Amino acid sequence: MSQPTVLNLGHQPIADHSFSADHSLLAVACEDNVQLYNNDGKSFTPGIVLGDHDKSVTSIDISPSGRIVTCSQDRNALVWEPQADSSYKPTLVLLRINRAATFVRWSPDETKFAVGSGARAIAVCYFEEENDWWVSKHIKKPIRSTILSVTWHPNSVLIAAGSTDGHARVFSGYIKGVDQKPQPTIWGERLPFQTLCGDFVNHTGAWIHDVAFSPSGDSIAYCAHDSSITVVYPGGADRPPQAIYSVNTSFLPFKSLVWLSNNEIITAGHDCHPYIFSGNENGWEYTASIDDPADNTKEQSHENSALALFKQMDLKGSDQGLSTDYILKTIHQNTINTIRAFTHSGDKVTSVSTSGVDGKVVIFPL
Amino acid sequence: MSQSLRPYLSAVRASLAVALTLEDFASQTVERHNTPEVEVRTSAEALLNSMMISRNEHERVLIEPSINSVRVSISIKQADEIERILVHQFSRFLTGRAEAFYILRRKPIPGYDISFLITNSHTSTMLKHKLVDFIIEFMEEVDKEISEMKLFLNARARFVAEAYLTPFD
Repeated sequence: MSQPTVLNLGHQPIADHSFSADHSLLAVACEDNVQLYNNDGKSFTPGIVLGDHDKSVTSIDISPSGRIVTCSQDRNALVWEPQADSSYKPTLVLLRINRAATFVRWSPDETKFAVGSGARAIAVCYFEEENDWWVSKHIKKPIRSTILSVTWHPNSVLIAAGSTDGHARVFSGYIKGVDQKPQPTIWGERLPFQTLCGDFVNHTGAWIHDVAFSPSGDSIAYCAHDSSITVVYPGGADRPPQAIYSVNTSFLPFKSLVWLSNNEIITAGHDCHPYIFSGNENGWEYTASIDDPADNTKEQSHENSALALFKQMDLKGSDQGLSTDYILKTIHQNTINTIRAFTHSGDKVTSVSTSGVDGKVVIFPL
Repeated sequence: MSQSLRPYLSAVRASLAVALTLEDFASQTVERHNTPEVEVRTSAEALLNSMMISRNEHERVLIEPSINSVRVSISIKQADEIERILVHQFSRFLTGRAEAFYILRRKPIPGYDISFLITNSHTSTMLKHKLVDFIIEFMEEVDKEISEMKLFLNARARFVAEAYLTPFD
């Protein structure tokens, strides 16, 4: 197995990161700004900064064609269109929410995106040709608390959302005039906007940090603050689920998860390194961990910054190099906020990228 | 370290490590605000059950976790009047310098001697495991400090009394 690629992008926490489809561009949400990095295949060089938000940027996503959408705690979302001179033109989205926007994702067909918010609503946004702006429709109905994550079904109609009220819900985000009539799925046949297609609650009622549809779209997985991951196989419209598997672990809570294939999930969070779970319709279990501190005996290369050196001289009165007892034996030194699929081969994910509070973006080969 | 101190501190350490799983969470009730939920207590679902770990009736720790902040309150052992005065002066000294301590709460919550308020901005700028170490070290040190001060105070009182009473000898 080849070594993970580590990008040290400063000391600010990274709320979210996104690679463009051809991996030539990396966008990182760092406090109030979005920093772009250009990848020439060997190294990442800092590019322009997208700085139109005036509060922390909470989430970012790059569409397959290169459009960037960002959302922030200042209640706004912006769509950044790439221009010919490699700059970006921001367009404000009419979100009509009055609390922080927490999470944004493009639909797979790129015609829409969904924004989760603290206003107990999901705004499904689409482009209105005649007015030349992005407008939104709200999913409000049974949501009782802040939305922490949203994700799209491969058919670009269904949306799953996890929230702090402990519910993972599946909604229809079908918008007349934008979407084609979707093929019936296991989640339902007739899907007008805001239809609740599934509502799952964790047995401890813990916050749902992230949800994800499986690559086939026929099941969802979510990770909760009680350190569990749960996989739900629905039983068809208006019927109870066929199976719900909850895997409880003794690790710290997971913040983000990604399906590697229909039978494998990778997840990461407060334990600073990823874990892999595998299973199928008959059950799920924890199988492996990546970058495990227990097998990581070799000395980590640590930062030799001048600041740290002077601190050492100041506090301990020694210039005999830095003490390493404060360094965790994992690559990430703090919570991992986001994990995303990086490369695919066939329908399997072959590497994932993670970003965390420690200001690192790491690409783990699997 | 005495017999009962070690399990007490390891229980506090494990509970703190779990409670410090914080994230950035903007207020759901007030527009454009981002406040520690454990202090404002406006959304019940953002709060978790609080934990109290006690070694005996005088020494206990209260950990109140929420989605973006944790409040840790410590009650320090006070066996007699002198220790009570010493603890009062000591916590006054610390809280008067709260800015320099970052995580120290300016006012302890009722029933406790000193409180820390750790928010997600602290856990993102400082190393989480070192924050836990700091609080544990503080709890270890503070008992030692108070008993040392008490010994010193007693020794000085004896000396002063002796010096004062010499003329009457």
